[in-house]
Amino acid sequence: MGNDATLAHAHGAHEHHEGHHDHPKQHFLTKYIFSQDHKMIGKQYLVTGIIWAVIGALFSVFFRLQLGFPESSFPIMEQFLGHWAKGGKLTPEFYYALVTMHGTILVFFVLTAGLSGTFSNFLIPLQIGARDMASPFMNMLSYWFFFVSSVIMFVSLFVQTGPAAGGWTTYPPLSALKEASLGSGLGMDLWLISMVLFVVSQLLGGLNYITTILNMRTNGMKMTRMPLTIWSFFFTAILGVLSFPVLVSGVVLLIFDRHMGTSFYLSEIFIGGKALSHIGGSAILYQHLFWFLGHPEVYIVMLPGMGMASEILSTHSRKPIFGYLAMIISLIGITSLALVVWAHHMFVSGMSPFLGSVFVLLTLLIAIPSAIKVFNWLTTIWRGSIRFTVPMMFAIGFVSIFISGGLTGIWLGNSALDIHLHDTYFVIAHFHLVMGVSAFFGMFAGVYHWFPKMFGRFMNNTLGYIHFFITFIGAYLIFWPMHYAGLAGMPRRYYDYSAWVSYKDYQPMNAFITVVVVITFFAQLLFVFNFFVSMFRGRKVTSQNPWKATTLEWTTPVHPEHGNWEGPIPEVHRWPYDYKDDGHGNDFIPQNVPLRPGEEEH
Amino acid sequence: MTHATTNAKSPSIWGGGQSPFKLSYGKVMMWFFLLSDALTFSGLLASMGSNRFMHKVWPDPNHVFHSVPFFEGWNAPLVFVSFMTFVLIVSSVTMVLAVHAGHCNDKAGVIKWMLWTIIGGVIFLSCQAWEWTHLYHSGAWWDSYNDLSKTPVSSFEHLFNTHKPYVTDVLQKTPEVALSATHEFYNYFFTITGFHGMHVTSGVIINIIILLNVVNNTYELRGHYEMVEKVGLYWHFVDLVWVFVFTFFYLL
Repeated sequence: MGNDATLAHAHGAHEHHEGHHDHPKQHFLTKYIFSQDHKMIGKQYLVTGIIWAVIGALFSVFFRLQLGFPESSFPIMEQFLGHWAKGGKLTPEFYYALVTMHGTILVFFVLTAGLSGTFSNFLIPLQIGARDMASPFMNMLSYWFFFVSSVIMFVSLFVQTGPAAGGWTTYPPLSALKEASLGSGLGMDLWLISMVLFVVSQLLGGLNYITTILNMRTNGMKMTRMPLTIWSFFFTAILGVLSFPVLVSGVVLLIFDRHMGTSFYLSEIFIGGKALSHIGGSAILYQHLFWFLGHPEVYIVMLPGMGMASEILSTHSRKPIFGYLAMIISLIGITSLALVVWAHHMFVSGMSPFLGSVFVLLTLLIAIPSAIKVFNWLTTIWRGSIRFTVPMMFAIGFVSIFISGGLTGIWLGNSALDIHLHDTYFVIAHFHLVMGVSAFFGMFAGVYHWFPKMFGRFMNNTLGYIHFFITFIGAYLIFWPMHYAGLAGMPRRYYDYSAWVSYKDYQPMNAFITVVVVITFFAQLLFVFNFFVSMFRGRKVTSQNPWKATTLEWTTPVHPEHGNWEGPIPEVHRWPYDYKDDGHGNDFIPQNVPLRPGEEEH
Repeated sequence: MTHATTNAKSPSIWGGGQSPFKLSYGKVMMWFFLLSDALTFSGLLASMGSNRFMHKVWPDPNHVFHSVPFFEGWNAPLVFVSFMTFVLIVSSVTMVLAVHAGHCNDKAGVIKWMLWTIIGGVIFLSCQAWEWTHLYHSGAWWDSYNDLSKTPVSSFEHLFNTHKPYVTDVLQKTPEVALSATHEFYNYFFTITGFHGMHVTSGVIINIIILLNVVNNTYELRGHYEMVEKVGLYWHFVDLVWVFVFTFFYLL
């Protein structure tokens, strides 16, 4: 129900022009800008995400140059950053601002909005057999809230005192006191406003994803016939709807502390030798509220990649996914555990060791569903007829990096070990591999795989392989050495390690990492180039189902209009991974093909 | 999943082609939105709880909220807030009646009960405005009671239940603890009741919009009054949240 009525207009147009596949021209504004078509909104999210990713990655190049070559100066930085890098040398204040914005941009704007925003929008209606989202209008609003939030964050880069500089977690008191640092001024306010708008955007989107999946599946699309992508988007949305509001609570209290003289997070405190008027609050409270979002957030980042990798590994190895139900159950497990492990980020905050032990136990439990998923991926491609296409390479890379980054999570989840490793480069290495690079690989796999559906063209393969190998090797070269530095105690967030005798020895390593970062960054620009050029110049898709996949999005025309299917919505008769002999020489049977007489459903 | 099915129309409610809860997408969305909003309030109320546990003493609601408009000399603990709460709960009842009238396609009934609901909401908000003003004039605000030299013990000891010996003890020996408790009590009071009040305000505005639609026959033409049900869900939620806010600030 629901969107059929919404799309009566779009669909009526089809019947009107039956026969010559010509569609009435939509106005540019309603087609490309204020579009209510989930496919266009998905692409808007993707393009915005790509722009943000370039900015966020460029920031990391800047601060890596500082870390790798603290003595040198880079005039190009002055070109970009102006007085923040006078003479080509980054100022310490802006170093923090860059680190903060790098984290904020990549976690929220790229790996949340750019990832689940893109693919939930694009794939949910196509894969469950719906003409659009439950509420296309709210869906459009969701993008535009994200856009406004983006604009505010972007503007904050240009204010006189710089953007927020207290880390992407923006812990008080640093973030609560305007006097505490340059970035705690206007930049921090803009950060907070931007984040609240971002949460609104996520809420509008998330409600739509959940409702669409529950209510608008086509006939025969049982929950247990949904592709794993849809299951992962479903739980991603649920996590967002449950955890983002708590961030809003935390942000509201922080805004009051900043502007209304309250003391939610502030106790007796001196700044510049002057006693402030705040009494009785607790900075730890903010950490609880923040991580109640912050931890589920890393699963919001991870789950879409997991779903897409499942889909892509199965399609490109021409084999049914191994352990479909186990995959769903482990998604449920990860989702539930995600909400009850937040305090493992706070083991050294002075919390009771007994409470800590509970969080250790719950955290370590996450290893179980994660391992189930990894083994299922491996058994899925085991003895498959693997096609090493670019999306497949990235999906395999996803699994590899997820293992490498995930295993160190078991180390960090132990509170005893965490006392030593907390706030060291070990943590940096862990989370960049597992939720940074791995989620990016899931995203790249998704982009290469569904690009033909998005634009009716393929991306360039050669560039894709170059992109894959540089990124894959680069990621390991960047983050693997950081584990050793972290184990040796090298702390994160320092501006210049050469001043410390203990960390001086790591200077060559830091320089090496920086060189790899620069190379890997250019490989990403190659992807961006490939993406935009292929949009217009790529090899054209000639068949409806270029990957010979089973799911419903490949039953739509090569260039689906708003409404997705020209005729009636197909019905679903089988599970989404029927990669087997169809009796006509094909090795797959799409979901909309009825069971043959005597054939048993999976 | 082992035997073949023809599934021209899947018999199971989860089989696709229909809402598994027999609810429209709008209502499913509203339920999930309320779940989300419930967590916002939980975050705020849990924060207050954690802060209260950090303090040895806490202002006693019977001593803080004892005034009634026009009879401000009286000592009437919690009388006024009980009235406010009663009004809000009654407005939920009238909302139920509006929804019921909608089910019967009784336009006049919907208008009547929506109107009463709106009036109830406005009364509640007016009461809250009075209470805020009253507290403000008594010296309470977001940044109040944070300095013993400006607000000595004498200015806030009446907020505490001095019948309990340990409270008197704290007030005498460590007044800064009682001061910070008072400060935080009002911090949270104004923030959380304000946040709730914003919800009530938006509820009243939405109710007015829906009422205008009812008057303009929008739902008569649509054939159903589901919008009234949806705003009804929101309104009941806002009432339910107030029950928690009331409990945490006025009863405990």
